[in-house]
Order: sequence, then structure tokens, then C-alpha cells
Amino acid sequence: MQEWASQLCENRQFGSKMTDSKYFTTTKKGEIFELKAELNSDKKEKKKEAVKKVIASMTVGKDVSALFPDVVNCMQTDNLELKKLVYLYLMNYAKSQPDMAIMAVNTFVKDCEDPNPLIRALAVRTMGCIRVDKITEYLCEPLRKCLKDEDPYVRKTAAVCVAKLHDINAQLVEDQGFLDTLKDLISDSNPMVVANAVAALSEIAESHPNSNLLDLNPQTINKLLTALNECTEWGQIFILDCLANYTPRDDRESQSICERVTPRLSHANSAVVLSAVKVLMKFMEMLPKDLDYYGTLLKKLAPPLVTLLSAEPELQYVALRNINLIVQRRPEILKHEMKVFFVKYNDPIYVKLEKLDIMIRLASQANIAQVLAELKEYATEVDVDFVRKAVRAIGRCAIKVEQSAERCVSTLLDLIQTKVNYVVQEAIVVIKDIFRKYPNKYESVIATLCENLDSLDEPEARAAMIWIVGEYAERIDNADELLESFLEGFHDESTQVQLQLLTAIVKLFLKKPTETQELVQQVLSLATQDSDNPDLRDRGYIYWRLLSTDPVAAKEVVLAEKPLISEETDLIEPTLLEELICHIGTLASVYHKPPSAFVEGSRGVQHKRLPGSAGSGESVESPDTGSAAGVSDAPPAVIPSQGDLLGDLLNLDLTPPATTGPPPPATSGMQLGAMDLLGGGLDSLLGGDLGGSSAMGAGFGAPPAAPAASFSAPVSGGLDDLFDLGGGVGMPMGAYSPPKTVWLPAMKGKGLEISGTFARRAGVIQMEMTLTNKAMSVMTDFAIQFNRNSFGLAPAGPLQVLTPLSPNQSIEVTLPLNTVGPVMKMDPLNNLQVAVKNNIDVFYFSCQYPISMLFVEDGKMERQVFLATWKDISNDNEAQFQIKDCHLSSDAVSNKLQGSNIFTIAKRTVDGQDMLYQSTKLSNGIWVLAELRVQTGNPTFTVCLKCRAPEVSQCVFQSYDAVLKN
Amino acid sequence: MINSLFLISHSGDIFLEKHWKSVISRSVCDYFLEAKEKAGDPENVAPVLQTPHHYLISIYRGKLFFLSVTQTEVPPLFVIEFLHRVADTFQDYFGDCSEVLIKENTVTVYELLEEMLDNGFPLATESNVLKEMIRPPTILRSVVNTLTGGSNVGGTLPTGQLSNVPWRRAGVKYTNNEAYFDVIEEIDAILDKSGTTVFAEIQGVIEACVKLTGMPDLTLSFMNPRLLDDVSFHPCVRFKRWESEHVLSFIPPDGNFRLMSYHVSSQNLVAIPVYVKQNISFLETGSCGRLDITIGPKQTMGKTVESLMVTIPMPKSVLSVNLTATQGTYTFDLTTKVVLWDVGKLNPQKLPNLRGSISIQTGAPKPEENPSINIDMKLQQLAISGLKVSRLDMYGEKYKPFKGVKYVTKAGKFQVRT
Repeated sequence: MQEWASQLCENRQFGSKMTDSKYFTTTKKGEIFELKAELNSDKKEKKKEAVKKVIASMTVGKDVSALFPDVVNCMQTDNLELKKLVYLYLMNYAKSQPDMAIMAVNTFVKDCEDPNPLIRALAVRTMGCIRVDKITEYLCEPLRKCLKDEDPYVRKTAAVCVAKLHDINAQLVEDQGFLDTLKDLISDSNPMVVANAVAALSEIAESHPNSNLLDLNPQTINKLLTALNECTEWGQIFILDCLANYTPRDDRESQSICERVTPRLSHANSAVVLSAVKVLMKFMEMLPKDLDYYGTLLKKLAPPLVTLLSAEPELQYVALRNINLIVQRRPEILKHEMKVFFVKYNDPIYVKLEKLDIMIRLASQANIAQVLAELKEYATEVDVDFVRKAVRAIGRCAIKVEQSAERCVSTLLDLIQTKVNYVVQEAIVVIKDIFRKYPNKYESVIATLCENLDSLDEPEARAAMIWIVGEYAERIDNADELLESFLEGFHDESTQVQLQLLTAIVKLFLKKPTETQELVQQVLSLATQDSDNPDLRDRGYIYWRLLSTDPVAAKEVVLAEKPLISEETDLIEPTLLEELICHIGTLASVYHKPPSAFVEGSRGVQHKRLPGSAGSGESVESPDTGSAAGVSDAPPAVIPSQGDLLGDLLNLDLTPPATTGPPPPATSGMQLGAMDLLGGGLDSLLGGDLGGSSAMGAGFGAPPAAPAASFSAPVSGGLDDLFDLGGGVGMPMGAYSPPKTVWLPAMKGKGLEISGTFARRAGVIQMEMTLTNKAMSVMTDFAIQFNRNSFGLAPAGPLQVLTPLSPNQSIEVTLPLNTVGPVMKMDPLNNLQVAVKNNIDVFYFSCQYPISMLFVEDGKMERQVFLATWKDISNDNEAQFQIKDCHLSSDAVSNKLQGSNIFTIAKRTVDGQDMLYQSTKLSNGIWVLAELRVQTGNPTFTVCLKCRAPEVSQCVFQSYDAVLKN
Repeated sequence: MINSLFLISHSGDIFLEKHWKSVISRSVCDYFLEAKEKAGDPENVAPVLQTPHHYLISIYRGKLFFLSVTQTEVPPLFVIEFLHRVADTFQDYFGDCSEVLIKENTVTVYELLEEMLDNGFPLATESNVLKEMIRPPTILRSVVNTLTGGSNVGGTLPTGQLSNVPWRRAGVKYTNNEAYFDVIEEIDAILDKSGTTVFAEIQGVIEACVKLTGMPDLTLSFMNPRLLDDVSFHPCVRFKRWESEHVLSFIPPDGNFRLMSYHVSSQNLVAIPVYVKQNISFLETGSCGRLDITIGPKQTMGKTVESLMVTIPMPKSVLSVNLTATQGTYTFDLTTKVVLWDVGKLNPQKLPNLRGSISIQTGAPKPEENPSINIDMKLQQLAISGLKVSRLDMYGEKYKPFKGVKYVTKAGKFQVRT
């Protein structure tokens, strides 16, 4: 009776509402103290309430770790809820109180033997969540038992626990053989156990890029497919993602897998659907296109993709990002579904923008009328970003579908009439592109454009308008007045506008020389004398010199016919697209970036490639063959235009639209050189070397290095001369190997001295060591081990010291290494910690290996891929270094570097400066691209490195330095 | 996989966190809050964000952000689906998914999250499995528990988790055996100024409420299954039977569940139940405009249009409206600038009309955008696609259940451009 009363009081104290919110109310000073007292209460119920309060405080981020011993004391209980609550608490705080956590071990071990499978599973699950080294030791035995438990619920929980343990201590998991047990579980009779084993293995495999943990063969595939039908939706996702990594042996196997995966397209869970789409998109590559089944499959892919768009907006967003990829790879799938991408006014903005992108990709002659009507509608919406993109989209339609160009132009004119400021500006920017695509067709609208000159306040729109005025100066009566009006505030304009204005006025001068002499002089002096911007100054000087020495040549150069721009300007580069298709449904697919671009650290990521089409029998793992097969299959018009790439390569100030079509006629070297100058930026390439006018004259006098023949190559524009080098690299010299240094002094090695170095010989990385016995006794039983390191270096065999090492004797040992060992990021990156054991003791030392050891022999990138990759890697990942005191010619440099597997892909000479474009591939698949500038007579070279894993740049530079100086 | 979950209120207050691996500091949410600040409207926060060390994947439900943090490559859809499942579960347990309710039930929330995910892998997400392990709170039970020291955590192994039918628990018993199916169709449509259909499609779902004893095996067949070419099923539906015979054969979960959802695409003709005659215009000079809207029945298949509601988000520069409705009532929200006209039943003899003047801030330019009109409505006893259930058969049990099918058609995202 008394207890009843006391509880009543307690209830009143908490307030009348019997909910957990009461736990939020106690924020008083003595809270911890009060809780402590309650936790140690004799009354079970009071204890439980107290633990609940503790948990509630924990969930809101309050620190209740001081209560650790008191809470752990509540652990031994028959009350399952109380037990669970204590477990929750333990998981959260064990890390900060490792010694206390040990107290709990016994209870865990006991619970792992409990007759109730729920308790066994709970115990092993919780134990795995306690991230304390000391606890993990005790975990091994219970875990081993649980992995073989008779109850599948326990087995599946244990499978996940292996992944947890691996996260805490990978070595332990390997040593204990848990990985093998996990692999065995793939053949388990229970589908859920299979799914969890696959999930755990996939997660572990992610930290071991080179390991073959998920060794997929037709038997395992069959087991996975069987489990696929019976396991939960989440399990299906794991299994499908795992299947996607498999490469079928032939088209028949490919088809049979597709057939068994297709039903997943009707799953209610959109993640299952998208993972199934990934498997199908990948395996379809292997099916012959004339196969009936191929057509059936294509038809089956459309409805589920459309259905994804009726889900919640967040799901829609991810789906749209993926559809964007799918549409680029296989436009036929959704070509009839344009309408589902129509924007609803209450779609979130991120969905709207994605839909718009896809609408343009799907636009064709057949549906252009509908698309245009929609776009026009969107251009009157509220959201500024969206409106801008819609206006741009109209321009892109004009460029993409020639038949619609006229309609697009008139729509744009209508929009300009609205006088809405940002609409007008966007419209002018795209009209400039339309002029470039269809020259001499729509110039009648120029008058309308000129009316809006005053309202333009964005640099891009101003630059576009100025370009138009300059380009069509002869048709605009008051062109000089218009340009002059811009000139007034010349120094307040952005560089983009200044450059454009300079060029436009020069054009105007060449077209109407009599009236505009004063204007051109004014702009030239503004650009050369009053400006601090080197790009502007250089361009000004070039024009000045050109106009003063040879006006005819100037006319040829400045008014040369410009190449047409291509249809689509923002397509994803084909090799990247292929890789992304293999990553459908992942974060990579959302960012449209390969996983290597954002997976942290130097964990290598295997680049995935689509399999080749039927019968090709090519190995898919090799990126070279894979991509070659894929590109040949790729739909037309996906090849990114080189002009654009070069633009980025040279850091243009103004991105000119891409060029396609036949390269411009190369009438004279002079014109050629100047041509890309007009395209917008050779001047930045010429850089600061053009300071004096004499140097500039020489620059123009010298014929470009490119032989005219190279223009027959499919690469267009001024890029060819960049790549005139061909395969013309001389015989490579041997790989560089640094001299031996002492790694372990005899003082520290109890008489054993080790000096050594690394070398790469015939594609094998070797550690070459001299072991010297400076002690008085004979040394035997040598063995070596490496700690985990950044690139997974590990001994490929045992240390071969066959004879005992007598005092004062030395022995040379060569240890071949491989790169499949465990990976851990080191600092510095190329640090290697080594343990050498002999009969006396174990010795530890660390050494640094030149990263050039890891440069593999197939590191020569295709030129096109090089360009595309260079463009794709963000400028943030670029690093520049100086190599001082190097007296080599550029040819000697490329020879020397090639000896160490740094391949020169192209060479370009500009004004006495050689630019070498080089690629290198590391053993873990990371590519490093380089631009090396060598100036004759200048012993300082500049090397510019771009890499998706910028951490390696510093090490790679060190290798450059070392190789070139030895 | 999923590392951590943060629940963040509408206003940006982080009120609950749960970590399945090592603890990630809540400062990671700053990136999200920054994006939220930038997006303005909470609905416009992009669902996938990248930070230097983590990925943030979030959903917005019930004025709450469910923000998950991951460190490795993970399928974002998987995370988003899971987050929605968490929100569904809260709704299921607490009747609604709101900050207040979650705070009131923190411990249960914490227990649920622990059961739903292990090391970032989903563990138990089926409502009936969860309910076996953690009983939903009821006022009665919490009082009883307090008095008796009982617990709301089940001590038995959740049977459903391992059987071949993980969605159904064993030993279900009812005195009244009943199976009800609701065929609910939503019309998503965009009509242009002139009333022409720009785009229309039907999103359909069949929601089931099945309370049957034992292990019943049901077969639902349709008069016209050919209509359904794009379908998503609850995992209980046997896909093979559907492919070969076009019937839904399944062992149902216990209670309420969504049996299937389907999509009748824009390729087929979609009947549009109402037409809208509208004219919204703003004068070039003077700060005012006119509004005139009339709604009439179009293809209603002989049914009455009910619960008709019209929403018009006005341009921001609109100050007030002065309208007259011939039927129903209208309101104008001064902060959101939304005109809401609750019409009610649509009478074909006397068409409802809303007309009057709009006044704009003096000096503000004529609004550039045209407001679009959103229509809500309901038609009982009709599936607008024409889908009809022909029969429901039960095998495996001997008793005779009550059966019923209900049809309803609603407007989904139904908008008229002006």
C-alpha cells in the first residue's frame, strides 16, 4: 500500500501526463545526483524509470556519462526492456569509459549463450557496437559461435557484426578467419542471412579495393538470385548492388540474369527498382541488339522510371539525376515519355531544374512544339533560377533541333518584349549562341536586341551583346556609338566584358576603318596602358602590333570565319558516363562524378566499366579495353567537343561554345595561331612571356609547331598542334631508383644494420636491402612484415635470407612486393612502417618509398581521355610545383620520365617554351595528369599536377624532382 | 551505410540524434542548416548534400527534417526510403509524426530506431514485426505499466522476421473476419489557359484493411487488368501469378497496408472531371486587377464532384482581394497571399463562380508571373481510370469473411495555368 502511495506521489511530481516528455523537464542542477540515487534504488520500477530518464537525456545530447557505473549495474536483469535500455546506453558511452565497459563483458558473454535466440542476437549485436579494443578481444569467441548458430536470426545478426568488428579492427577479423565464415554464409539456407552476409562483405570490400572478397561465379550468382526473391526489400538492394559487380560470361548468362531481375522493377521500394535498373542497364550491354529480348527489355525499363517520378520529391530528385544519365546513354528508353518531365509549379526547385535538363535532352523534332510551349510557360514563373534556366533551355533547343530554330528565336523575342530584366539578359546570351550556330540567318533581330542595351547589367549578357555588336558591326549603323557607350566605364567592367569589348572594337575598326580610328586607339590604350590585367594587356598588345604591322593579316586573323558550335554542350564525357552507368543509384550518380572523385583518402576505387557487347569476350576489369568497346557502341554526338576542352585546359576567361564539324582550313600558320586567339584565350597560354613587344613579334614570326598534316585528325580546331607529338618518344631509360639509405642503424637494431631502397624492375616493385651484422653473434631466422600503408604494399613472399648472417658479414636481399595488402592512409602518404624479426629480437623502422615505384606500365592515357579527364577534374585538385636547377632538354625529360612510367602524351611548343602533357597511373588505379613546362635556357621547370586524389600530388612531385635530377 | 540520424525541427532546432556507428558531432548539421537558410522554403532544401567528410541525406516530413549522415558510398534512394519508413513508423506508433509527439515518446523512439537499423543496415522495418517487439504506447498501457512494473518491450522472438512471409505474424485471431479494399485514384494534370490538357496521368493505389484469422491466401481479380501496365506491389504479391494470369495472389499482412500502386500513363487518355473558365488579369497602370473563375463538370462519369476546393497563390505584391463567391466561402491569407475557395459540391445546374477585384501595393509594378490555380476534389464510387475489381477469393481458411471494395477518385497535383 505504501509503495502504491509513493508511486502516486512520484506521478504527481512528473505532472499528470504519462509521457516521456517529462524527462525533458529536469534540467536542474542536481540532476545527475538525483538520477544516481534513483539508479541505485531497490525498486525495479524506479530503476527502469531512471534509466529511461538517462536515455532521454542522452538522446538530446546531454552528457550523462558520469552515470556509467550506476547504469551498468542495472544490466543484470531479467527485464528485457531494461536490458535493452542499458545496452543502448553502453553503446553510446563505452568509448569514453573503456575500463568501465569491461565490467559489462561477462554479462554479454553469458547472454550469448542464452537459450532465447533474441537475447543471443541482442548480445552479439550490442557487443559489436561497443567500439573499444579491449572488448573486441572478448567478442571473437561468442561471435564465432553465433555465426554458426542454429537460429537464422542470430546468424544474420552475427553477419553484420563481422562488418562492425572489421570497422574497429580489420586485422583481427582477417586473422580470426571471420571473412571466410562470412563468405560461407552466402550459401546459407536462409535468404535473410544471405542478404546480410552480402551486405557485410560489400561494406568490408569497400575498404579493400583490390581484395576479391565477393568472388562472384555462376554458382554464387545463382544463390544470390534465389535469395533475391525471398529476402526483404533492403536485402534485395544489397543483393542487386552486388550482382551489378558481376560480369557474365556470355550473352546467354546475361539474359538469364536480366530475366530473373526484371520482376524487381515492380517493387514498391524505389531503391530496389533503381538497383534493378542498374543491373539491367549494365547487363544489357552484352546482349546483341537484334535479339528480341533486347527490345522487350528496353520497353520494360520505361514504366518503372516514370513511376519513380510520382514518389516523394526527395526520391524524384535522385531518380531524375539517374534518369539524366540513362537518357544520355540510351535515349530510346524514354523518348516517348517527355510529358512526365513537365514541371509542376509546386515541385521543389531542385526537382524543377532537373526536369528541365532532361526535357532538353529528350527534345527532338517530334516533340519540339510541346517542349517550346512548356518552356515559354516556365519563363513566366516566379523562381528566378528556374526562369533563367528555362530561357537558356529555349536557346539550347534552337541549337539542338534545327527545324525549331526559327520558332525558338521568335519565342525568345517575345520574352525580350516582357522587359523582365533577367529574362532579357538570359535571352541575349543564348541568342549569341544561336547566331554562332546559324550564321547569317537571324540577324534581323539585332535591332530588337540593341534596344535593350541599357538594361543589361550582368557581365555575361553584356559580353554577349558586345560580341553581337562587334560581329555584325557592318549591319548596325550606330555600332560605334553603342560600343563607345560601353567604353566609358571600361575599368569597372569585368575582365570578360573588357576582353570582349577590345575584340569587338578591333572588329569594328577592321570593318569601318575610317570612322573608328579614334575609338580603337582609345580602347588599345585603355587595355595596354591603364590595365593591370595581363590577359587584357597581352591581347591589346597583340592587336596593336598586328594592326600596326600588317592590317591585311589582321583582317584575316580577326575576321576569320569562326567554327560552328556543336549541338549539345553539356554532355558527360563518354568514359565517365559509362562509369556512372555502372554506379546508378549511388551517390556518384547523384553528383555525376566518379566515386574516386569523392571517396576519402587514398583508398583506391576500382573504376567500373560497362561490359562489351556480345561475343567480344573482353575482360571488363581492364579499363582500356572496356572503354574502347563501350565507346564504339555509344550513341552518336556524345563526343565532347575538343575546343571546349582545350578552353578549360588553358583556363579561358570566356568559355566559347564548342566546335564541331570539319576543322577550319589552315591557310597559313599565322592565321592558325591567331584563330584560337579569337576563340578566346591563347593569350593566357602565352602568359607573361609577351611582356616586351620584340618578344611578341618573334612569337608571331615563328611558325607554329604543328605540321599541317595533323589537321586530318578528327580532333578539331587549334588543338592539334598541342598533340603533334604522336608516339615520338625515344627509347626509355631504366626506372629511377634512389640510392640506399640506412633505415635501421646498428645501434637500434641490436647490431643489425639495414640499409635499403626501392626499385621497380620489369613491373615488379622490389625492396632492395643490405643487411649487415655488426654484432658479435650469428643472426638467423629473418622475417619481415609491413604495417598497413597508403597503397597496400605488402611483401609478395617471405624474406629470403637462406644462410645465417655471421658477424661483420653483409648480405643483399631483394624482396618483391605487391599492392594487395591492407590499406591505411599514412602521413606522409609514402611512409612505410616495417618490422624485421631475427633470432635476437623484432625491430621496427619506417622508411619512405618514392611513389614512382607505384607507377604502372600501362599508365599512358589516350589523348582524348586525357583531355576529357583534365577537364573533368576540378581546379581545386590542381597543384603546381617548381623543379629547380634542371638542365635537360624537353626530349631528354620525357625520355627520363618515361623510364619511370610517366608517359608524355603530347608536346606543344609555344614561344620557346615546351609544354609536355603527361599521365601516370598508380598501382591502385589513381591517375595523375601533368603539364610540365620547360623553357629552353631556364633551369626551373614548372609542373602542374591534376589528380582526383590530390593528396598524392606532393609525392608525385617529389618523384618528378628525384627522377629528373638523377 | 547510415551512420547517424538527426531530427531537426522546422526552425532548425536539432532535438534528437541517434548514432549507429561511432558518434558524429552534431556540428555536421551546420552544413545542412546553412543550406536550409539558403533555400528559404524548407521544401526546397536539396535532399543530398556533400560536406568535406560526410554526406547528408534528408527528407522533409510533417514539418520535420530527418537528416541522415553517411561516410561511405551508399545508395541515396535506400537512405531516403528508409527515412520515410522511419517517419511512417512514428506515424503508426504515435498517430502523427510531429516534434511534440516524438519528444513525448523519446525512449520508444530510441528503442524503435535501435530495432530498425543495426550498424547502418535495416533490421526490422515491417510495422507488425516492430509492434511485436516494441508495443505502441497507449494511455492505458502506460498507466498499467507504471503500476505493475510491466514493460512495453516484447520478450518473444519476432516470428515474422524469419518466416517466408515476414510481413505477417503467426497466430492472428479475429472474431469478425473482414477484408476491405480501397481503390484510390489521383489525377495529376496540367491544363493550359484555354483548358486543353497539357499533361495528365493517374496515380492509383489499392489500400487494404485485412483482419483475417490464421494464414489466409487471397486472390483479387480485376474486370480489366490490362489497364495496369505499370505497377508496384507490396512484397506479399506473387509476381509470377500476376505476369501469367493478371490476378493479385497474396498472403496479406495483418491490418492496414498498401497492396499495390499503379500508374496509368499519359499515353492513355485521362478523363478530366471538371473544366475551369478563368480570367486573372492585372492592369498595366493603377494598382489593381480582376479575377473571375467559373468551374463546371466535364467528364464525371455520372458522379457528383464533391469537396471541391480551389487554391490560388497570388503574386507577392498583392495586398488584398475583394471577391464574391456564388457558392461556398473564400479566404485570403495575408502572409502567404493564397486565395482559398472552399466550394463544396459542384452543382451542374448552377455553376459556382468567384469574381471580384484584386488590389496591389501602390507603386509595385504589374506582377510578371501568372498565378496558377490548384483544384482539389473528390468523386465517390468511381475509379476514373475505369479499373474494377471483379472478385476476391480466399483459400487456406474455412470461415467466410466480410468483403468490400470502395472506389474514390481525387485530384492529385491538378493545376490550371492562367
